[in-house]
Amino acid sequence: MIKFLLMVNKQGQTRLSKYYEQVDIEKRPSLETDVVKRCLSRKKEECSFVEYKDFRLVYRQYAALFIVVGISDTENELSIYELVHNFVEVLDKYFSRVVSSIMFNLDKVHIIIDEIIQNGHIVETNKNRILAPLLALDKMAEAH
Amino acid sequence: MSDVVEKTLSALPSLLSLDSQAGAGKLSPSSKLGNLIKGITELTSKHEEEKLIKKELESIKEQVASPNTTMRQMKEIMVRAIYCEMLGYQASFSYIHAIKLAQQGSVLEKRVGYLAVSLFLNETDEFLLLLVNTVLKDLQSTNLIEVCMALTVVSQMFPKDMIPAILPVVEEKLTHPKEIIRRKAVLALYKFYLIAPNQVQHIHSKFRKALCDKDPGVMTASLHIYLQLIKENPESYKDLTGSMVTILRQVVGGKLPLDFNYHSVPAPWLQIQLLRILAYLGKEDQGTSEMMYDVLEESLRRAEMNHNITYAILFECVKTIYTVHPKSQLLEKAAECIGNFVLSPKINLKYLGLKALTYVVQQDANLALPHQMTIIECLDHSDVIIKRETLELLFRITNAQNVTVIVEKMLEFLRLTCDDYSTIDLVGKVAELAEKYAPDNVWFIQTMNSVFSLGGDVMQPDIPNNFLRLLAEGVDNVEDRQLRLFAVDSYVSLLQGVTAKLPQRFLQVISWVLGEYSYLREEESDPGSVMRLLARLLDQRHTSTETRSWVLGAMTKLCSSPVSVALARDVCERYSGSLNTVLRQKAQELMILSQDTKLRARVLPAEGRLESLEVDSSLSFLDGYVSEALAAGAAPYKSPHQRQEDLVQEKALSLEPYGLSLPVSLSSCSITDRLTDRRSPTLLSMSSGLSGNSTELSHQEGSTTLKLEGVKRVWGKDGYLAQQQSAGETPTPLVELPNPLLSPQSPPSQTQKPSSGLEPDQEKRQLASSLFVGLGSHNSVCLMGRAETAPRHFRRKPRGESSSGASEGSSNSSHSSRSAAVDNLLLSNLLDSTTVASEGGAATTTTPQQTSQRTLDHTTSNGNPHVEGTEQRVEAGGPLSLIRGNGMVAVVPPTHTQTDPQTQQDLHPAPALERPRDLPLASHLPAELSGLARSEFTPLCSDQDSSLALSACRVYKEDALVLLVFISNNNDSALHQMVLQLTCKELEISCISGSPLKEVKGHSVSVCLHTVVMKRASVQVELAGLLSYQRPLGQPQAAQFSLSLSLKHFLRPLTVSTGDYGKMWLSFSHDLKQNLRLVTTEHQEPLTATLDALKGKLHLHVVDIIGSEGIVACRLLQGPGQWIWSVVAGCGQWRLVVVSGGWL
Repeated sequence: MIKFLLMVNKQGQTRLSKYYEQVDIEKRPSLETDVVKRCLSRKKEECSFVEYKDFRLVYRQYAALFIVVGISDTENELSIYELVHNFVEVLDKYFSRVVSSIMFNLDKVHIIIDEIIQNGHIVETNKNRILAPLLALDKMAEAH
Repeated sequence: MSDVVEKTLSALPSLLSLDSQAGAGKLSPSSKLGNLIKGITELTSKHEEEKLIKKELESIKEQVASPNTTMRQMKEIMVRAIYCEMLGYQASFSYIHAIKLAQQGSVLEKRVGYLAVSLFLNETDEFLLLLVNTVLKDLQSTNLIEVCMALTVVSQMFPKDMIPAILPVVEEKLTHPKEIIRRKAVLALYKFYLIAPNQVQHIHSKFRKALCDKDPGVMTASLHIYLQLIKENPESYKDLTGSMVTILRQVVGGKLPLDFNYHSVPAPWLQIQLLRILAYLGKEDQGTSEMMYDVLEESLRRAEMNHNITYAILFECVKTIYTVHPKSQLLEKAAECIGNFVLSPKINLKYLGLKALTYVVQQDANLALPHQMTIIECLDHSDVIIKRETLELLFRITNAQNVTVIVEKMLEFLRLTCDDYSTIDLVGKVAELAEKYAPDNVWFIQTMNSVFSLGGDVMQPDIPNNFLRLLAEGVDNVEDRQLRLFAVDSYVSLLQGVTAKLPQRFLQVISWVLGEYSYLREEESDPGSVMRLLARLLDQRHTSTETRSWVLGAMTKLCSSPVSVALARDVCERYSGSLNTVLRQKAQELMILSQDTKLRARVLPAEGRLESLEVDSSLSFLDGYVSEALAAGAAPYKSPHQRQEDLVQEKALSLEPYGLSLPVSLSSCSITDRLTDRRSPTLLSMSSGLSGNSTELSHQEGSTTLKLEGVKRVWGKDGYLAQQQSAGETPTPLVELPNPLLSPQSPPSQTQKPSSGLEPDQEKRQLASSLFVGLGSHNSVCLMGRAETAPRHFRRKPRGESSSGASEGSSNSSHSSRSAAVDNLLLSNLLDSTTVASEGGAATTTTPQQTSQRTLDHTTSNGNPHVEGTEQRVEAGGPLSLIRGNGMVAVVPPTHTQTDPQTQQDLHPAPALERPRDLPLASHLPAELSGLARSEFTPLCSDQDSSLALSACRVYKEDALVLLVFISNNNDSALHQMVLQLTCKELEISCISGSPLKEVKGHSVSVCLHTVVMKRASVQVELAGLLSYQRPLGQPQAAQFSLSLSLKHFLRPLTVSTGDYGKMWLSFSHDLKQNLRLVTTEHQEPLTATLDALKGKLHLHVVDIIGSEGIVACRLLQGPGQWIWSVVAGCGQWRLVVVSGGWL
């Protein structure tokens, strides 16, 4: 079960956050800071999974962008690690340059995530199908 | 082609903003957002950020309020508001505008509106109600995109109460021609199932259709529902095994369209999902497991490609192989697979390998043996996560022989870690291992000292609690004495050193032990020494007030010699003026008791330490007061968990760092009654257990994440072990033939295999042999005469029997076999109780008493050693009592059960004689009922020459009870003019098929199907049947029979979430309580075992186990009744509370 997904930059600033378990808005920044600190402090040769409280973090770095996923400990870490990559490939397919584009297209990135993960479960991983609704939206907005 | 253009266009703004950072704001259409983001990125301090966001929020507020703002602008504003909220600044004023945007915007704006709603609101928000109409409208829209987004938002959040409003429309979408709509509809239904399972119960057949959908996406979506359903109740879905296997085979075989591939691996996440489902289906079920061996093997074989994702699949596959019924050939391959993981130079794979190993060693500790050297290398790995995972693995292979080494490793880690969560976790594990396997007193006390020093004040309160209980319990023999004396000695020397670094909890433990057991060392030291040490503790600045009160309490017990009295006087003078009332009181007590020796001897009798105190834990002396208060209109008492309305909240991510939510801690409640409570800390938890037992005990559960006693041993070196092997043993392997390869003499030569090439140095070899001793080489050690098990002394006592004064006689049946215990539970409780009471001749010892008070329970002890507490409460005076008149619940050990043989037969509805007939009859089961749970075949009657035999069988359909009557004609001649009548005034019986059957040919079997519904609920009903028939050359004949049906046959699990349960608990008015004896088995926690037994026997749905409280729910078929049951621990006894929405 996926608990949250974070995208942060190297400075630890949150670029996007999506929670699948209720967390008060006020508490999110401190949780995020804490989580990011754990991940950023890890060395390259160390493994990409971190224990954090009673759950686990899976993180992956793309240039200056970190993607961190919080999961329950029954989840398969490696499959989440690859899910992150699949997600990035989708972003890559849609945006031409991922790292900066996501900042200014918060809404679209969210729409993409909504297609991939729901209620903490992976619901779609087929890239074409993930993008289909968003592409259709774009087309309709164009026609307007 | 147009797609490509689309993409470029949509990517354009971001491209521009990216390439020229400075110009980003101006050129990008989302300029304001761009500015905001840029501004934030450039900031250096939190304070500046706050200022900037505040300003931004002001401007957003202004804009949303303006009537001139277009929807298009509104969309952009919403994204900014989302951004602000993401940074942790509430923008609640914009919520309503988000809903408006979803209502009125055109497509993209609408989507952003929905998106904002889903990000802003939580599932219980009342704002969501405003969205219902919009959703409904969009669901019915002709624009597919709108339907799509409505379904998306519904599957993210939707108000539970409004589900009926949109359910038909969503259901309709299941047959939509577009796959995406069908897929999203399935996901929406999944959401409904998660939040309100009973709302979608009627569409389970449609889920099956979705599973068979021609589109793989729709099928995949339906698997989410099935994973959940199968996890909750694997028995009902065994028939799906074939389909799941087929699907997996097709996926693995590459039958899906290519775009489902990820790096040329076909639909990996789908494979993982399917493997999980198979694991649930095949668990402890040989037949089902056999169906999947082939596909599991194929999965192992196919996943050879060297890519992370194939390893992820392999990991899941290995887990499944080790979960289902074992097949040695597969196990070997899986073990080999784990080996590859563990040995991999890739750190992520190593981690996964350790995790897999940790999982499989629970079944066979020997699997760790081939990886000894790798494990030892991982113990010293530079990455703490790897280290931590290794310790977890070692924890699971600990036995009496390697405990000292493993505990040392864990303590080593603890000394270095500064993470509170791992500290809490590891400290709990060390304490558990120490209690279970301690080789001797000295080691035990020293280890516990380390636990207390390292665990400090963050550890779970049950660790000191259990420790003190362990010291206090037991007969006063030499061994106990030695343990206590050693503890005292060790604490005295600790106090003589520097005490500044000792955690407060530890000091409290020390004070209690010194106060209680210092007398053991009196002869060898001067009497005042301990007093002086304690006084020194009082003087120190870092000693907390709470600790001081413990110290004062200890001093009160010690002030027997003149030196001590003088010291006590000094202390009293100082603290009798303290501002803290507790301290002042303690000082006062000390003052008085130190001067009045007689009084002291009476209040704190030295020899009374071990005597158990009679504690009226139910506070029955307050009954009068309570009923008076109630009569005067006071609200009835509700326990905290009843008050806790929002149980769902609990499940949310906990951000309170390691805070203990319970108000009652060991120390706080002890202060209040220290004087009377001299005996043992056991009482502490009891006195607090009165009010908040469930919350409190849940913490105890938390600390012991793994109970090795409970780990079932199904695996041996040679594969699957038969069930009957005693599992009460330690989790080390059972005695096996000594294997020369694995004996401790030769582990290094065994472990040369790892590719490291380097000679492992001597040190590592030694470590290996000490760590893995006892694995696989058990026999040799046992032969040398060393006890394999830890001294009984250190064994953790089973929780259920935490000794209250009244329940002492109850601990003797813990070795009763599981099935006997289950039956005992059921016999003496619940639905069959009426029969037991009336027919079994067991004189009821209490009359039902009607009391107005709700939760305060009172226990009567009537001298009979087997009757520990009798309790009967009929709250609303319902027409029928479920648990009638049988006061002797759950206390009769199996041997004493006075069971009516007939009742017992009912519980074992398969008399041995009838077995052979079972099979032929089973083949006559109608196909549509064959997959469902059913009872055994009960013979009803047969005529003298057994030419005609009637048998019955109940099939528990989800929505009905189907009664099948089998008419077997064993004669050559046919039966004619058959009429079968079933009558019962409490039941409504309707014939589905088979009747009116006119004739049954020679040597054949006919089946009549009836659905049976309870018109009026009764515990037990008799059904009378009459079959009239005629042989070709004979007179009309008739066969009469009767059949009894019990209420339990009409119960079905009620699948509710914990949250719903909480609401039902509050809303249901009838309740009924009864003391309960838990089922004890070797394999499970008593509570889990009991719940499983209830689930199995009564078709209940186990909703959740919260700490020491198990909650289950069921409903009555077609009836108004919904019941929720709760098994609660309190005051050392277990209580069953049944709450009903209908009747009782």
